[in-house]
Amino acid sequence: MTNKTPLYKEHVALGGRIVDFAGYFLPVQYPTGVIKEHMAVREGVGLFDVSHMGEVTFRGKDALANINYIFTNDYTNLKNGRVRYGVMCYEDGGCVDDLIVYRMGEEDFSVVVNASNRHKDVAWIRKHLSGDVEFEDVSDSYAQLALQGPLSGEVLGRYTELPQKYYSFINTQILGRDVIVSQTGYTGEYGFEIYCRPEDAVELWRELLKDERVIPCGLGARDTLRLEAAMPLYGHEMDETVSPLETGLDFGVKLTKDFIGRDAMMARKNRHRIGIEITGRGIAREHCDVYIGDRLIGHTTSGTHCPYLKGAYAMALVDEAYEPGTELTVDVRGRRIEGKVTELPFYKRER
Amino acid sequence: MNTPKELKYAKTHEWVRFTSDTECEVGLSDFAQDALGDLVFVNLPETDTEAIRGETICDVESVKAVSDVYAPVSGTVTAVNEDLLDSPELINNDPYGAWLFRLSNVTDTDELLDAEGYEKVCAEEEQ
Repeated sequence: MTNKTPLYKEHVALGGRIVDFAGYFLPVQYPTGVIKEHMAVREGVGLFDVSHMGEVTFRGKDALANINYIFTNDYTNLKNGRVRYGVMCYEDGGCVDDLIVYRMGEEDFSVVVNASNRHKDVAWIRKHLSGDVEFEDVSDSYAQLALQGPLSGEVLGRYTELPQKYYSFINTQILGRDVIVSQTGYTGEYGFEIYCRPEDAVELWRELLKDERVIPCGLGARDTLRLEAAMPLYGHEMDETVSPLETGLDFGVKLTKDFIGRDAMMARKNRHRIGIEITGRGIAREHCDVYIGDRLIGHTTSGTHCPYLKGAYAMALVDEAYEPGTELTVDVRGRRIEGKVTELPFYKRER
Repeated sequence: MNTPKELKYAKTHEWVRFTSDTECEVGLSDFAQDALGDLVFVNLPETDTEAIRGETICDVESVKAVSDVYAPVSGTVTAVNEDLLDSPELINNDPYGAWLFRLSNVTDTDELLDAEGYEKVCAEEEQ
């Protein structure tokens, strides 16, 4: 069964091309088109419906101990009002999901997970809870908007104060509605995510779109933006067969503490995630074999034409680390296309 | 959706403009370019390629995906539109101006549709 977010009718009214994504009807693009939507976020401001994302909460005396054991990162020194990335792993070190943790209070954490993994995540977490902790799936109690782009602060700042630091959040009000606003996003750009009650979503969406600079953006642009910024996506750069260390998420893994999957992933770290700039003619997408000479070194996990960089880029999981500039080829539908290893991220905003 | 009456169409969304009894230009319909979204790469056939009706002759890529282009008729490729190599967006901007390739010795034209017949195909796909 496919769900509709509270904004479904808005997407249809705006001419969005609706697809079933992770069990939700969402727009892959509006008539504006993916390239203009993408550029709006890099150069102006774009608005996304990301209400499909899952939210779960951990509350109680042992909430911190539980997330520190079930997730790879260490949340001990995470301050109230701050956000931190992490991964959840199986015993063998493969990824259950990746996520971000909001510290709402001393013993109160909210966690945002991928929509496609929500039910699997909830089952996995429940199986590993211990001590004094109350765990709840609150996904259906929240809608979520993402306002992303260099002008996002100017637009949103007319309605509320803003969280000033990257990966921080505040509880505030917009149009008298209670919301959580965080300086987070999945675009590699300055921007905000707004959590609200489902019944308030339409009003907030319409209000933000009153500013003509705000361009509604679909899943297509969300994917090209995250890829251009080399942000990993579950099911592509990581899955149950890939450990977070292999896919370059070391910064979100604290091997000095005990957590599920730690020993296994330390024993098996062998692959690397690299960036590839396609220098030949064509576009490498996911599941293309990557070669140096005649030697197969791995496969692409995501790839597309990046609208801001105006070129084809891909990420790949390969057998060892390769220096930027290393020449390689990618098998695209039976044709070898030239490329070279390039540093990640492909795009990094100026701060 | 724009479907010029003077052109013929394949149900696989290519348009055909006959320049003589045995020569034609081939491009992608307005319906096709709209469905594909922003095009960012065109992989054209080589000249002298024998096109066989219903078989893949080249491909185009949008941000989202690669899509095969099928030969709407059989014939020999005599020219390709090299402007598209650097400017694939011409297909989005002007689908009936942005021809992909030209064919000579054209045969297998029986299954081509007129504009009205093609619009019905599109209407069914929209369902």
